[in-house]
Amino acid sequence: MSSTRGGRWTAWAFLAPVTVYLLACYAYPLYRNVELSLRRYTVRSFVSGGAPFAGLDNYRDVVTHPTFGPALAHTAVFTAVSLLCQFTLGLALAVFFHRHFPLSRTLRALFLVPWLLPLIVSASTWSWLLNSEAGVVNAALGALGLDPVNWLTSPRWSLVSVIVANIWIGIPFNLVVLHSGLQAIPTDVYEAAALDGASGSQRFWRITFPLLRPVSAITLLLGLIYTLKVFDIIWIMTRGGPTDSSTTFATWSYRLGFGSLLPEFGPGAAVGNLLIVVALIGGLSYVRAQRRQRW
Amino acid sequence: MTTSGWRRGVAGVALTALTAVGAVTGCSAADGPAGGAGGAYTVWDPYPQFAGGSDWEKLLQSCGADAGVTVRRTGYDTTDLTNKALLAAQQGNSPDVLIVDNPVISTLAQAGALTSADETKLDTSASAPNLLGAGQLDGKAYGVPIGANTLALWYNKDLLGQAGVDVASIKDWPSLTAALAKVKGAGKKGITFSAIGTEEGSFQFLPWFWGAGAQLTALDSPPAVSALTLWTDWLTRGYAPNSVINNTQTTSWQEFAGGDYAFAENGTWQRANAEKLDFAYGIIPVPASAGGTAPAPTGGEFVALPVQRDTGRYDVSTKLVTCLTSPDNLLKTDTTLSYVAPVAAVQQTQVTADPELKVWVDAVNAAKGRTGDNLGTKYPKIPEQLWTAVQGALSGAKSPQAALSAAQDAAAAATR
Repeated sequence: MSSTRGGRWTAWAFLAPVTVYLLACYAYPLYRNVELSLRRYTVRSFVSGGAPFAGLDNYRDVVTHPTFGPALAHTAVFTAVSLLCQFTLGLALAVFFHRHFPLSRTLRALFLVPWLLPLIVSASTWSWLLNSEAGVVNAALGALGLDPVNWLTSPRWSLVSVIVANIWIGIPFNLVVLHSGLQAIPTDVYEAAALDGASGSQRFWRITFPLLRPVSAITLLLGLIYTLKVFDIIWIMTRGGPTDSSTTFATWSYRLGFGSLLPEFGPGAAVGNLLIVVALIGGLSYVRAQRRQRW
Repeated sequence: MTTSGWRRGVAGVALTALTAVGAVTGCSAADGPAGGAGGAYTVWDPYPQFAGGSDWEKLLQSCGADAGVTVRRTGYDTTDLTNKALLAAQQGNSPDVLIVDNPVISTLAQAGALTSADETKLDTSASAPNLLGAGQLDGKAYGVPIGANTLALWYNKDLLGQAGVDVASIKDWPSLTAALAKVKGAGKKGITFSAIGTEEGSFQFLPWFWGAGAQLTALDSPPAVSALTLWTDWLTRGYAPNSVINNTQTTSWQEFAGGDYAFAENGTWQRANAEKLDFAYGIIPVPASAGGTAPAPTGGEFVALPVQRDTGRYDVSTKLVTCLTSPDNLLKTDTTLSYVAPVAAVQQTQVTADPELKVWVDAVNAAKGRTGDNLGTKYPKIPEQLWTAVQGALSGAKSPQAALSAAQDAAAAATR
């Protein structure tokens, strides 16, 4: 009897650090963020407290704000296009590197470089490459006899530019995860298929793709969460501009909260919470899909 | 998967999502140095470029020694400092002395984070009124300017010579535009500036905006539209590069330093970098639309005393500020920062030592506080609309008139 009680205490003791950690570093910031978004904060009440409860006013303000529509559309396009291209290219490269050939390890390691670079370095490099006046890309276009394009400064191209940069940064992650997924597929399945006379594309679509499904799902889920919150690349390359043309929820939330002289913490937190909800929906549908698969 | 497994899954996913977006909310853990330690007084400044052994650090230490305390200094990035100061005020661990960009003063004062000069008996009488204005709210001063800077037009003497432009002929907007046309005709580039979508962008636009006679209370007035049309036309005619839309003042300076540009709108703080240029340069004030000098916005930092729980600390803090802003020390500080002194007597000393500074001293004296135009704490709502309008017109998304009308509507709604 007493030994089980002791065991329970030990169990709690083992659980305590992670519980404290989760409460302090996840639950409390989330609670604060929700609270911020439900109160009407001014700089004065942020400092001295006593911000009046405003219910869903901040959310209403955010949803009716002229930036909301464009930001929502840009977030959707940015996330969808980034995910699709990163996954396709990552998978293609993973399959390519799965067949061992001389230098394949070295090449694969080189593909990881974008992932290893600090985001500020890669984003600044991209903004130099795409600079309207002195950028390499426009110089190359000029050499081909084409007109220069204002990659970062025209409303038509700014979103495209940040998406391209984000895809470049995201490919290594997809490559690594999918490559390790490929290695988990038993080779005898391929051998059996080869004996049955399956062609290369049949082997990919009938064996690789279906067996890679669980890994693909988690790659896409992590990619979704990662891409939704992408902030640094966009902020460094375009500041979300010109005139909101590359603003996503992440950059908008930052701009509301910290981007001007007078912070609007309430609406900023509201936008941040909307992002959490979207990521949560993505996560839940993943769990659902997993559950259906197991049964 | 069992039901509890499903729940666990949900919790796991929820936490993953939280981690993901945690960055947006910003961690509010108390990390600033507390102001409570016995003989140590904390100073926060926006000069991270000055390391431990720098003259600035030495000056702070010697002021601390005079007041019988040790000074602990932290340098922050200037945009970061506003948020840090607000968070510190919320958590009651503000620094004893805060040096911060001037338009932030009225915001921090409104937040109740700063003490007024009346309260701490801080003497502000020596400072030039047009500079002190930025730190006033409801007739009370909330700090003393430590140095001032402003904008003017830098020009490339060699390049203008080749293009056959006489800089003395530039008196107003038409003559400036004519000079740009001549430069472009000679195969060079006209002018570079910063029109980025941040406070920096509106700071750079204000001399033209005010130089046309516009006021921040009416963003869509005809003079305002004429100022934005001037910039937009420069871009469409190729007198200014398209990259200005994303230029910070630093990248704009780099373009100018490359030697291809005839003019650059930039500030006093580039004087040290100007020594490194490999061409001869000169400086003229930004012209107003119909001639004369346009009022440029005042830049530069204020020294302020944040509110402390222990009001007994104000005495020493005031001594520190008085020491930092004494004429001798102002001269030292403003020389290291490439700033113009905020006090007339010290300005004279500066000009005597370096006659090149005369243009800047004149520009600072003609400059205007951003929180002027009777705006005060309404000001911070306005530049965001202004830079949005500038970006809209320059990128061709909207006409100058349409962009400014939208900005005025948004500003009116925000400051109502």
